[in-house]
Amino acid sequence: MILLWLIIVPFAGGVAAWILGLRGRGGGSAARWASIAALAVDLALLAAILAGRSAAAGRHGDFFLEARAGWVPQLGISIHLGMDGLSLLLVFLTVFMGIVSVVASWTEITERAGFFHFNLLWCLAGVIGVFLSMDLFLFYFFWEMMLVPMYFLIAIWGHERRTYAAIKFFIFTQLGGLLMLMAILGLYFIHGSQTGAYTFDYFDLIGTRMSSAAAFWLMLGFFVSFAVKLPAVPVHSWLPDAHTEAPTAGSVILAGLLLKTGAYGMLRFMVPLFPDASQRFAPVGMAVGIIGILYGAVLAFGQTDLKRLIADTSISHMGFILVGIFAWNGLALQGVTMQIISHAISTGMLFILVGALQERIHTRDMDLMGRLWEKVPVMGGVAMVFALASLGLPGLGNFVAEFLILLGAFRANPAASAAASLGLIVSTVYALWIMQRVFHGDERTRWTLPDMSVREKGVAAAMIVAIVWLGLYPQPVINEAAPALDGLRRISISGPQAVKIPAPDFRLTAAAKAVPLPAEEDPAFDKKARVVPDISSQKSGEGVNERP
Amino acid sequence: MSGPDFLALLPLVLVSAMPVVVMLAIAFFRDHVLAAALTLLGLLVCFASLPFAASYAPRHITPLLIIDNYALFYMGLIFAATFAVAVLSYSYLGMLRVRREEFYVLLLLAAAGSSVLVASAHFASFFLGLETLSVSLYALVSYPSSREKAIEAGVKYLVLAAVSSAFLLFGMALVYGQLGTMEFSGIAEGAAGLRAASPAFLGAIALIVVGFGFKLAVAPFHMWTPDVYEGAPAPVSAFVATVSKGAVFALFLRYFARVDIHQMGSLVLAATVISIASMFTGNLLALLQQNVKRILAYSSIAHLGYLVVAFLASGALRVTAVSYYLVSYFIAMLGAFGVVSVLSGREGDAVDLDAYRGLSSRRPFITGVFSAMLFSLAGIPLTAGFIGKFYVIAAGAGSALWLLISMLVVNSAIGVYYYIRVIITMYSARAEGETAETALSKGAVSLGGGLLLAALTLGLVWLGVYPSPLVSLIQKTIQGLR
Repeated sequence: MILLWLIIVPFAGGVAAWILGLRGRGGGSAARWASIAALAVDLALLAAILAGRSAAAGRHGDFFLEARAGWVPQLGISIHLGMDGLSLLLVFLTVFMGIVSVVASWTEITERAGFFHFNLLWCLAGVIGVFLSMDLFLFYFFWEMMLVPMYFLIAIWGHERRTYAAIKFFIFTQLGGLLMLMAILGLYFIHGSQTGAYTFDYFDLIGTRMSSAAAFWLMLGFFVSFAVKLPAVPVHSWLPDAHTEAPTAGSVILAGLLLKTGAYGMLRFMVPLFPDASQRFAPVGMAVGIIGILYGAVLAFGQTDLKRLIADTSISHMGFILVGIFAWNGLALQGVTMQIISHAISTGMLFILVGALQERIHTRDMDLMGRLWEKVPVMGGVAMVFALASLGLPGLGNFVAEFLILLGAFRANPAASAAASLGLIVSTVYALWIMQRVFHGDERTRWTLPDMSVREKGVAAAMIVAIVWLGLYPQPVINEAAPALDGLRRISISGPQAVKIPAPDFRLTAAAKAVPLPAEEDPAFDKKARVVPDISSQKSGEGVNERP
Repeated sequence: MSGPDFLALLPLVLVSAMPVVVMLAIAFFRDHVLAAALTLLGLLVCFASLPFAASYAPRHITPLLIIDNYALFYMGLIFAATFAVAVLSYSYLGMLRVRREEFYVLLLLAAAGSSVLVASAHFASFFLGLETLSVSLYALVSYPSSREKAIEAGVKYLVLAAVSSAFLLFGMALVYGQLGTMEFSGIAEGAAGLRAASPAFLGAIALIVVGFGFKLAVAPFHMWTPDVYEGAPAPVSAFVATVSKGAVFALFLRYFARVDIHQMGSLVLAATVISIASMFTGNLLALLQQNVKRILAYSSIAHLGYLVVAFLASGALRVTAVSYYLVSYFIAMLGAFGVVSVLSGREGDAVDLDAYRGLSSRRPFITGVFSAMLFSLAGIPLTAGFIGKFYVIAAGAGSALWLLISMLVVNSAIGVYYYIRVIITMYSARAEGETAETALSKGAVSLGGGLLLAALTLGLVWLGVYPSPLVSLIQKTIQGLR
């Protein structure tokens, strides 16, 4: 039930913010505080979950919390929420980024603040729903639901070309979503015709047997949908527009969370549901990722709009995620998790800085900037930290992420890993270039602008702590995600009926880094494993009346 | 006919009696409030008689009519939609300088005709119902007779409806000539016995499909729709878009439910072409419109195309999908035209998209309602349209109609564009220097209209969040069809 509250609280908070915002004077700050309060409640709920959880209290593997209620029993749809380590991390990230984006846009949004925070919170609620759904219909429901508030955020509070960007964003993601719906339905009917039980339940659908052609097409449906969101290169063109035109909070949520739903979808749904097809598709997937890494960087070089440049670097960073997912081994998946979190923080903070700059000098054109360090040294310092994070400096979170991904990818495909590592070079170039053109170099325009306020410094401090912590001591994150990622890999290696393979120790301790890793690709590793609960026999409780 | 027969027929008897009652009332006391109140009350009574009739269903009454749960379900839908149209009409007619009372007689007549349609099991009752509906609509469309556009729309509708009726009649005659029966059940048996379809039978089916096509306004028989929707008073446009099409589609489904359409390759091909053509025509042409009523008209063409996808599916999911989709489409279309209707002033309907710019700051409630309706038409979660579209795609996927549902997916993406274009217009601020003065009515929304829109929005969200009760209800209606 606590999982449901995690979703309901932001929904209710959004409505409260809207109502409070309707009051003329003071309505705006009431809406902001209401949003903070709702997110704080969510944070408290997460803390309660962390404190009170016992190992494997859920019915399935590594899920320590599950909630389930009937919704449309006629179609086998239920409100099935589940939380494992991966979901927990991502929900935590969502709430954290939510608070950051509310605080960061405290002074930026003056018009219709109530409605703004309504949209913000509903978008966050949708994202949380995506991270918790264990029913494919419910997943699709939240997946589509988070689009509308984001659309409004861009279309109403965005910059110059907001209408164009908002519509493009909406149509791209809508089309991707519908492709996924087709794939979900294909899976639903294949599973239903085999077992007689028509259900959208994730745990029932895992291990569905189907012809390899069918598996390939369904996998492709999921892949395209998630690739649009991620975004991968041929379907990325909505991203620079949407990120650039969105208000700061919108960009932060887009880069920090919405893109990550694509990565999460691949981790949770695409590969476990279609392990063989994904494996066969892996070379293509990795190639798409590598093209994304390099092409995103090339795009970034060509920009004079600072915000668009940062948006393009997201494409590059998301390419690493694609490479890591298709490598599909323990190291790479840990890297993907780290990348999801680190990128949210580093790129999120860069967007906040651009937003702060734009609030002061009303332009994002780098040709008009230069030598700003002298005027805003604190802002320059913060930007330096996150530019370095973005280029993958050791000691900051992104380094750990990209290093793990490359390490994992090397085991799967050395050539791909080598090509992907070029990304580290190009990212150095664009990251330093930002610093050079904005904060150093010639002064092209004589700006007078105040440095960061206390509020902005607070946000920056929190983000710096987070990124440094992730860089120096990522172990808690890795420990949290490890059982969940192992679970996903177990499902996809051997199907639900197989024996449970104990997690090979790939934790990133000093010792483990030095010694060769155990042969984790071998499913026969350690036979004395205990049996996974027989998932396929746990049918949904509701009768299915409609059997097409 | 026995006593239980009459009891089962009660809703049909009541809805046929209502026009007479209202007409007599007008003859003695010509009063707008009285006529409207009688109409609404009558519709409520008709609605209340449905569960009563359901206890006697299913029942064949004469060869002409069949009262089963399916028919009663659609009658309920017709009564509810007519009720909504009547509420909208009350304030709309208040602005017009015409004799207002007869409008309700015509509206009730149209509802009676539609009810006969959904209960018919025979070509004769089918044609009777259709003509009752169409003839009332001719008058309703051109009711504000001082408006040129309304007269034009009425004449257009008259000509095209008459032509399509002729097509239908010819098709019916050919079927009768081949099979010697006009009952749907007899036709189904006869058609199954025909094996190799003769050219005459094929021609008959083609003529009937053309007739249906005109009534449903699917491409390429859609030409009349935008003009009629634009010219007709907004509440009547709502009626044409919902009740008239819904009743014909319900009959269409009943007629073909007994025939295994997948044995008739040519019919499947025709329906596939019609479906794809309607989706593209509706959505692409809607992109070009600046007139809200025309946008909705083209959108309705596209939606009928989606419905044909569900119609082509097989199995039980087909009827559920069609019925659920129709309910969500009814609510959204009634709500959308309802918004146009309450915003309309004496001079003409609120159709210019530019007039909607910045509406959100002046009319937050109306803007919210209209956005919800458009989101539902676009199939966005939390609205009934989402579940409806899901059902249609599910029905298509269940029957492996991958081509059709791919087209549907592409068209949904196109459709999203013009729906959110309207929404974004309402939410964007007016340009500098422009005053808030527009053609949109500045008067407060009438109490009835406001309540109706609120109720429709609630229903829309309710069905989008908790569809299960309606699905159960629809599933009860399926038995009669198989």
